Amino acid sequence: MTDQDRVRYRLRFHKTEAMRFTGHLDLHRALERTIRRSGLPLAYTRGFSPHPRLQLAAALPLGFVSRAEVADLWLELPLAAPDVLSRLQAAAPPGMNFLEAQVAPANEPALQQQVTGATYTVLLAGPPPADLDERVRSLLSAPSLLRQRRGRPYDLRPLIGTLEHQGGGRLAMHLAAREGATGRPDEVIEALGLDPLSADIERTSLTYVVPSPD
Amino acid sequence: MAPNSADERRRSASDIVAALPRLLPRVQKPGRYAGGELNQIVKDWGTTSLRTALVFPDVYDLGMSNLGLAILYDILNRQPDMLAERVFAPWPDMEAALRAAGLPLFGLESKHPLHAFDLIGISLPYETLYTNALSVLDLGGVPLLAADRDDADPLVIAGGHATLNPEPMSDFIDAFVIGEGEDAILEVAQALLGWKASGQPRSALLRRLAGLRGVYVPSLYHVAYTAEGTVARIEPAAPEARIPVLKRIVPRLPPPLTRFIVPYVDVTHNRIPIEIQRGCTRGCRFCQAGMITRPVRERPVAEVVDAIEQGLAQTGYEEVGLLSLSSSDYDDILELVRQVSARFAGRHLNINLPSLRIESFSVELMDLLQGEASRSGFTLAPEAATERMREIINKPVSTEQVLTTAREIYRRGWHLIKLYFMIGHPSETLEDVQAIADLSRAVLAEGRKIIGPRASVHAGVSTFIPKPHTPFQWVPCDSLESIRAKQALLKGALRGPGLKLSWTQPEETQLEAWLSRGDRRMGKVVLEAWRRGARFDAWQEHFNQVAWMQAFEAAGLEPAFYTHRERPIDETLPWDSIDAGVHKSFLTEDYLWSLQGRTRVDCRERCFACGILPKFAALRREHPGETWECPEVRSPARQIEVALEAR
Repeated sequence: MTDQDRVRYRLRFHKTEAMRFTGHLDLHRALERTIRRSGLPLAYTRGFSPHPRLQLAAALPLGFVSRAEVADLWLELPLAAPDVLSRLQAAAPPGMNFLEAQVAPANEPALQQQVTGATYTVLLAGPPPADLDERVRSLLSAPSLLRQRRGRPYDLRPLIGTLEHQGGGRLAMHLAAREGATGRPDEVIEALGLDPLSADIERTSLTYVVPSPD
Repeated sequence: MAPNSADERRRSASDIVAALPRLLPRVQKPGRYAGGELNQIVKDWGTTSLRTALVFPDVYDLGMSNLGLAILYDILNRQPDMLAERVFAPWPDMEAALRAAGLPLFGLESKHPLHAFDLIGISLPYETLYTNALSVLDLGGVPLLAADRDDADPLVIAGGHATLNPEPMSDFIDAFVIGEGEDAILEVAQALLGWKASGQPRSALLRRLAGLRGVYVPSLYHVAYTAEGTVARIEPAAPEARIPVLKRIVPRLPPPLTRFIVPYVDVTHNRIPIEIQRGCTRGCRFCQAGMITRPVRERPVAEVVDAIEQGLAQTGYEEVGLLSLSSSDYDDILELVRQVSARFAGRHLNINLPSLRIESFSVELMDLLQGEASRSGFTLAPEAATERMREIINKPVSTEQVLTTAREIYRRGWHLIKLYFMIGHPSETLEDVQAIADLSRAVLAEGRKIIGPRASVHAGVSTFIPKPHTPFQWVPCDSLESIRAKQALLKGALRGPGLKLSWTQPEETQLEAWLSRGDRRMGKVVLEAWRRGARFDAWQEHFNQVAWMQAFEAAGLEPAFYTHRERPIDETLPWDSIDAGVHKSFLTEDYLWSLQGRTRVDCRERCFACGILPKFAALRREHPGETWECPEVRSPARQIEVALEAR
């Protein structure tokens, strides 16, 4: 069988509270196991050490939940998309809620290369600081925000598209998510002088190079 | 210490639920403490009469890979009036976080604090978990000492291989379940339910438990010591307390578990474990598992194959482990491997069959089993490198056989051979140790001839520890200096391309040795070491030698007394209150044989009357046929008892 015979499907799912503390690699493995339990004919790469043809659009750090997880998977056989969805739903673990499966164009580039950004909402625990709006304004007006992550210096500012305090300690932001240029919402919270570990962070959408495949 | 009213208990569970979202992001691998995995069982706390916390006192990653815990979880949760939850030892950062937040340790399923459970069952497969068991009790709000617990406290029981010598932990455990727990756990649970309804004091519960087969209640025995510090006598202090307590076995292995909890975080073994047989007929003299898990009982091939199929559907795992102490001895091993490989080919599944004999047939089996899958390493366990040494430990295999098998492994596509050895066997010399290096090099040389420079050998060299209920239970441990010298020799000799050596730290080995053959007084040492900060003793980065040495000092005990003393054959041993099913006279004879270099063949070939059969004659008679590897018992019960008395 060649790659042309394989069918590419695009899945949308939520990563919910039960999987909040599941990191990116573990989420990938949980998805693979869900597909294996579902009995869907998942395609594997050929070669000495075959691995499943499965791609997550954008890594989601441990501690975050998401309403916007997207994955591509390849099946050995063409199956009706609604069947793919219902079999995945039946096999899903707590913490993964499948919403949609669609056939995706086989020749599109990898999902990771299509994603350009992501939106997040952040809910701060407890009453927000009185000057939160001012902190947001001052952060956005800064020409650069030099920070360090894992010992590497980088500029956070160009990675922030939008940032808004919606009131009540609820922040919304759009951050870049390109290879080598990914903004993390917890870094933004820290840059606002707040504790990211005392906030609930949710990814709400992904943005793409091409018009969103919706 | 534990709150008394049901209301308070409920509040503390909701306190924990409320606090975790802010606490967990601050610790490493928070998924270890979150619960909520696929296939976990959450039953209604309020309406369930008996609530058990199953404790594996090591980190989640290891505990979730333990089959025994999963089996007991399944059995208890199947009972309509019972529930079981999981509790693991929190990593030191989580212990600190819980203490700082004033939160108790909790069951992963419902988040109820440990002290709110009725029954706490602690799994103790190895001795280095003893201090962690204390951490778990303490963090869970349960009094550490059995003597300090009152009617409102949970009942604390323990089982697992290490508890075949229960004495070092007997200050902390109310009752030990000796041997296999499948049947006994429900008997203990029923006894606890009966006692709860009776309104009797805790002492009545303990006597009730002592009356169950296989249950050892340490507080119902008096131990007297001689002037030299050895055990003089072990005497029951209640009519229900048996001496010795004979271990429990299940006459026939129940259908294998297939509904495993699937962790979200990466754990030690991400696989479906299927036990293909229990027990071992080989009789390696160093091997405690081989002596204490007799008789050998096999599961039929069809049952194993079905279990794999069901397990895959329930878990989605990519790996299956077909577990036993000696897979090659399984009667229908070729048929099993043929069926498994035919049925599961092309499913991107990695199937492991560990513990294979050193012979070419094993390589054929693995070849058949792994098909086109990638071949990482092939493990052989000669345990010793000279034929003389292998005769002493009763693992007779010739060096030529090792090399022939190695050639076959390299020829069939494996690049790496892992060789497992032990140093510190009785009467071992530096020449025997040098032979480990020589044999490893000889195996590598065979690989080079066949596949060239890609060939490699990893020698894993652990240190022998004499264990209770084995023919070597009387022998002294090798001295620290000698172990260091032997390791230095190996480090020098096993260098170079294609060679890798791993070894265990002699200090850690020593700790396991103290605890393995310790007596009841050792409880003070365990407690003192724990108070001085000993935790996660099996983890090299945590092992705290100073705490242990101070603890011995504080308890007024001499470590070498437990490890470096040759024990006379007629000494009363601290674990003589426990009967593992093998006659002490058999162990004695086998020890004497080892001194003469005499070996025993596999007992499937001929019965050596180790003691299992007369002790479990009734069970054997009720379960005739192939599932037991011991000879059939046809004589009536009375004759066997007479024969037993005549021994």
